[in-house]
Amino acid sequence: MLAFTIRRFLQSVIVLFVMSVIVFLGIYAIGNPVDILINPEADIAEQEETIRRLGLDKPVWTQYFTFMTNALQGDLGGSFVHNEPALRIIMERLPATMELAIGAVGLAILIGIPAGMIAGLKPESIVGRGIMAGSILGFSLPTFWVGLMLIMLFSVMLGWLPASGRGDTVELFGIQVSFLTWDGLTHIFLPALNLALFKMSLVIRLSRAGTREVMLQDYIKFARAKGLSEVRVIRVHVLKNILIPVVTVLGLELGSVIAFAVVTETVFAWPGIGKLLIDSIGNLDRPLVVAYLLLTVTMFIIINFVVDILYSLLDPRVRLGDVKS
Amino acid sequence: MSRTEIIVEEKTGVVEGQTPWRRFASDFFENRLAIAGLGVFVLIALSAIFAPWITPQDPYDLMQIDILDGRLPPGSVSGEMIYFLGTDDQGRDMLSGIFYGLRTSLSVGAASTLIALFLGGGVGLIAAYFGGRVDTIIMRIADLQLSFPAILIALILVSILGQGVDKIIIALVGVQWAYYARTIRGTALVERRREYIEAATCLALSHRRIVFRHLLPNCTPPLIVVGTVQVAHAIALEATLSFLGIGIPITEPSLGLLIKNGFDYMLSGDYWISFYPGIALLVTIVSINLVGDQLRDVLNPRLQK
Repeated sequence: MLAFTIRRFLQSVIVLFVMSVIVFLGIYAIGNPVDILINPEADIAEQEETIRRLGLDKPVWTQYFTFMTNALQGDLGGSFVHNEPALRIIMERLPATMELAIGAVGLAILIGIPAGMIAGLKPESIVGRGIMAGSILGFSLPTFWVGLMLIMLFSVMLGWLPASGRGDTVELFGIQVSFLTWDGLTHIFLPALNLALFKMSLVIRLSRAGTREVMLQDYIKFARAKGLSEVRVIRVHVLKNILIPVVTVLGLELGSVIAFAVVTETVFAWPGIGKLLIDSIGNLDRPLVVAYLLLTVTMFIIINFVVDILYSLLDPRVRLGDVKS
Repeated sequence: MSRTEIIVEEKTGVVEGQTPWRRFASDFFENRLAIAGLGVFVLIALSAIFAPWITPQDPYDLMQIDILDGRLPPGSVSGEMIYFLGTDDQGRDMLSGIFYGLRTSLSVGAASTLIALFLGGGVGLIAAYFGGRVDTIIMRIADLQLSFPAILIALILVSILGQGVDKIIIALVGVQWAYYARTIRGTALVERRREYIEAATCLALSHRRIVFRHLLPNCTPPLIVVGTVQVAHAIALEATLSFLGIGIPITEPSLGLLIKNGFDYMLSGDYWISFYPGIALLVTIVSINLVGDQLRDVLNPRLQK
């Protein structure tokens, strides 16, 4: 077990190193920020001063080395455009994205599990088929298109919900949150729903398959034989048993929700890190782009590492197979 | 003719003299939804290919557009033109714009899928045939890439490569190749142990001949299925990137860019600039998926009756 953990950990570190080199070199090799950041009217001495200040005159590998040394100390460089440390800007925007992601996962569970259970209990009924057709659409429709349709329907035509921004926020443990004010709630609902649709389809599939399997088990027959009401059988015995796979998969998917938030945040002008990334790509604000990508990649590597370890705890075949190969 | 099909025919005693192609076609056309999907897709593809000849207006010829016709609602008449789907802010006919947009979207989707298919398929085939260290390295890279969501890989590649049609195609190939490598490797690992490969090896045929003339033809069915579905994914991903403003440049607008263009006007109620390109995108994706689903059922020997 220890050997397996150490090997996986080293692999994760290597992956992180490779990804950081790819991202850094790729982004720094293309485009010239000097042209964008320096006023063309400025005299040559002033231009050179700026280049030196931003460290753009050094060879690329020196820039990478400096960057990684600083990164390991929590300094991901300063944004060219905002004149602030990149990490601080990202951290300022991160709560908005996390709030949106958690809201989306919450909606996916609240709507997806009951819908999936209905579809699993009555697979041949019109409702069951309708839910499954809906989940297929949820898988195949592009997120941004659904977002546009939500805005068109609820904001433009019906005028019920606002189309952009975060609304009023309240400070909670030093973090600005939207979900505690009514105005904030109305602002978060549409983007969260938009971001939730893909995961919701996944939850529907999982809970439908789970329900169909669980319904055939002996303990369900026993519960019924005991004379429990059908509602209780479904709420307690079925629900508890399908929750395990659903929660596992959703935990895994939280990372990809944050990655997909890039699209939703742009559609709904939600001031999170996804919108920040798109704006920064447009501005050629390379330190911010690198910082965002590295943070997200690191997050994924950590999630994958934890999942690998958990799986090997649950199923020893995983780590034994790894030793052989 | 693939080996799996021979086995199936032996088992089911399919009518004598029926060619695999004909059997495949008759199986495919059993599903009405799939026929509809194929029909719609063919129509879309034709209108994209022949866009310059069938559209009432060339939306990128400044001589033909009149900025005074900007943001006219669907069905407006101006001079001799009838704008069935309205006009955008520059006064371009939306219907013509959509046909031209389909051209870009479909060609980017098809080109990236084909390149990824050859690249990923080739790499996967090599991994499966040679095995050992080559296999380990290639598959580790593929697994590594698949552990990140496609959109994140696309964002990394786009922020590295920048904008442009060629760059988007490269980014989409970079996202997709791993799926094909995985798929073909799985099939090829099974096929490699079959007797006909052994026979070919005993005949001392070259590696190249064995891989491309014997192994590859027997690994294509799953590749076709994955390829069809991936075209839809590629089109959706390209539209997403273009909508975010980091995809196709403004000179060759795809559907995603048309939608982005109209997004600013949507809040003021001029829905058609975004809405109709969106519908075109949706219909394209759904029709390809319908065809892909039916292909998967038809080409899967386990589901054969």
